[in-house]
Amino acid sequence: MHELSIASSIVDSVTESLAAYPGARVVEVRLRLGALAAVIEDSLQFCYGIATEGTPLAGSRLRVHVQPVVVHCARCGHLGALPGVQSFRCPSCGEPAHDVRQGRELEIEAIELEEPEIQA
Amino acid sequence: MNTRIVELRQGILKKNDELARALRQRFTAAGVLVLNLVSSPGTGKTTFLERTLRTLRESGDRVAALVGDLETDNDARRLAASGAPARQINTHGICHLEAEMVGRHLDGWDLSALDYLFIENVGNLVCPSSYDLGERIRVALLSVTEGEDKPLKYPTLFNSADAAVITKIDLAGPCGFDRAAALHHLNEIRPGIRVFETSAKTGVGMADWLDYLKAERQGRSAG
Repeated sequence: MHELSIASSIVDSVTESLAAYPGARVVEVRLRLGALAAVIEDSLQFCYGIATEGTPLAGSRLRVHVQPVVVHCARCGHLGALPGVQSFRCPSCGEPAHDVRQGRELEIEAIELEEPEIQA
Repeated sequence: MNTRIVELRQGILKKNDELARALRQRFTAAGVLVLNLVSSPGTGKTTFLERTLRTLRESGDRVAALVGDLETDNDARRLAASGAPARQINTHGICHLEAEMVGRHLDGWDLSALDYLFIENVGNLVCPSSYDLGERIRVALLSVTEGEDKPLKYPTLFNSADAAVITKIDLAGPCGFDRAAALHHLNEIRPGIRVFETSAKTGVGMADWLDYLKAERQGRSAG
């Protein structure tokens, strides 16, 4: 439901970064999205199209890399990815594990730009 | 044309996170314990909070509340009836509170004159989970009328909670509420979470909840 505000925040952040690359066109924006980020990719893609209209990001692709939840087990010390988000237990020994080390990311990883050739 | 990859590694909610961090510092410096109450609409956040405010005031604690809704100031008026200062945040369509809205509604309040500040979020079990408000304790509420599997359906929110409150426990019988299943699901999603089983109507379970608040606040002063 808040995907439109997420999409607008992406547009703002990327537009800010573009100041350093005059004349560049945004081809792709790469996101890291944790399985616990509470963002639905389909809705985000839809909102991205709307939010980028009339901005330097118009026509660019949004590529989403979903990150699994990784927990650290207090009992056996195992650090491992959970198969889903329905049970927070150590994937190695089965002990309940609430120490979440990855999976909440909502981050712009990188942007791919096309820049005009610099004439010598 | 040349292609260039620019690494950004930037949090999308960076602005909110920065504002929340500043608020948390302000709250800590003022010595006020701040809680963010989150649930679906109709869980009974406002009724639960009314009773909490009233009881804390009776025992001499200084409390205040901010309450978020899309429209109307009905809830702020209900909470203010407890005698505690209460302010409404109308989000006009936004499905969650953000740190900036909280900051804006603190104007004129002396935080150091407060023991507890409760922030009642917009009724929604999805979006509020991504927005840090600078709180120290996030409380997820769940009523017996909603079904025991709410934590499984909304794992992000329940996993991010520090405590859970089961509300309307007086209706558990008529609703056929499966208490063991609810507790099991809460613990699958957030192992070790503190759970309070309450009825703001009859007062059941409220004493445990208030003891928890006081202990958390004392821990804060001691720390």
